[in-house]
Amino acid sequence: MSRHVVAAASEIAPGERKLVSVRGRPIAIFNLDGEFYGMLNRCPHQGGPMCEGKITGLVTAPEPGKYDYSHAGAIVRCPWHGWEFNIRTGQSYCEPERFKTRTYPVEVADGAAVVEGPYVAERIAVSVEERYLVVDL
Amino acid sequence: MTHIIQPGAIDCDIHPNVPNVAALLPYMEDHWREQVIVRGIDELASIAYPANSPLTCRSDWRPADGSQPASSLAQVRAQALDPFATSIAIANCLYGVQLLFSEDMAAAYARAVNKWMAAEWLDREPRLRASIIVAAQNPELAVDEIERCAGDKRFVQVLLLVSGDQPLGKRQMWPIYAAAQRHGLAVGIHAGSSYHNPPTSVGWPSYYTEDYVSQAQAFQSQLTSLICEGVFNKFPDLKVVFLESGFTWVPAHLWRLTKFWRGLRMEIPWVDRAPADIVRSNVRFSLQPVDGPPDRDSLLRIFDHLQSDELILFSTDYPHWQFDGNAAIPDGLPAELVRKMTHDNPRATYPRLLETVA
Repeated sequence: MSRHVVAAASEIAPGERKLVSVRGRPIAIFNLDGEFYGMLNRCPHQGGPMCEGKITGLVTAPEPGKYDYSHAGAIVRCPWHGWEFNIRTGQSYCEPERFKTRTYPVEVADGAAVVEGPYVAERIAVSVEERYLVVDL
Repeated sequence: MTHIIQPGAIDCDIHPNVPNVAALLPYMEDHWREQVIVRGIDELASIAYPANSPLTCRSDWRPADGSQPASSLAQVRAQALDPFATSIAIANCLYGVQLLFSEDMAAAYARAVNKWMAAEWLDREPRLRASIIVAAQNPELAVDEIERCAGDKRFVQVLLLVSGDQPLGKRQMWPIYAAAQRHGLAVGIHAGSSYHNPPTSVGWPSYYTEDYVSQAQAFQSQLTSLICEGVFNKFPDLKVVFLESGFTWVPAHLWRLTKFWRGLRMEIPWVDRAPADIVRSNVRFSLQPVDGPPDRDSLLRIFDHLQSDELILFSTDYPHWQFDGNAAIPDGLPAELVRKMTHDNPRATYPRLLETVA
């Protein structure tokens, strides 16, 4: 396992996402209110690109006709068939015990620390003034 | 080889018929009795089962005198109860009640049919139970009739037609389900239409064949409606029994519904289980008519796809012509499955049977 610098934190604004590649693995990085989360860019259903999905909240219902809205901005729907996943945990909402998507912790590191290493940053030019997103893989 | 049904089978769908309107007059309130006579209403039959259609009555069950099939207790005993060693049969009377546009008149006929059923059939034959006929055109009146009948434990179910004025999952219908759940009554949904809408979803067909075959599509729509509207979330103890619906379509329809639910769950967030799970806990299907799979293995595959041996309830659909002789159970079904269909599943579906059967 090694630590990979995948992007500058400033590249992904809150509510936005960016597709990166770590050791050949496509990972969607989401910014939720300043916190960053990684998700494999392949829906467990049929491999749809999660990074291109609509971002929504979660609606649940204690009974028909009652709508509880939560998790605003923290759910991504696969662009192919609409399956919903929790960006933070990878949990799905139809049959959560059957379907889950792979998630990756994303750490925010200061440029100074990144410059010192040990990090893999093949395609990222690192400067000490920036902060960087780091994925362990 | 034909299955020998073990004695004590419970037949969940037979159809005693009202012989004629006059038979109901003693059970109608004064105003309605007079209206029937003064207006000259001499018949209230639905075209769902045309009198001379082979489906309407098996040829060897047709009375020689040309009278209404299945309209006397002697006939029902000799043709439906004794040959199958039936311990209990549930009488689902199909009459024109649901077709009427006058809600009050429909409710009056429903009351008369239920009183007639209790007096002419249930009082005289201990093997019979019955469904409460209701005027579903007006759920409030339907609930009144359920409440009136519920004290009589020989009524085990509330009967609706698969095609009425609107999808059955709609909340206007919920008072009926609330009353049924409250009283431990199943809700039976039987093939047939009020003909207030075309019997197919694409418009009026030309032929009886189309009408009858399309019943399966109506059942699919109602199953979808009941699940998507959240009826089983609101009434988790409710058992809904699809009668004369066929069941070979069920697995494929559930695959389709589950697939689209997974992508559109947020539209119906109360549906928090896969539709197939909901069906397994709350919905049952009568055996006859069995669609005609080409061989035994094809039929067994359907049962595999259903993933449960608790969903099918034995029925003859008497006097409708769905099989010959006593071959009410298709050849080649495992004995344990037959036992569940004829004995265990009906008891689990109709809690009132346990209260009235020793």
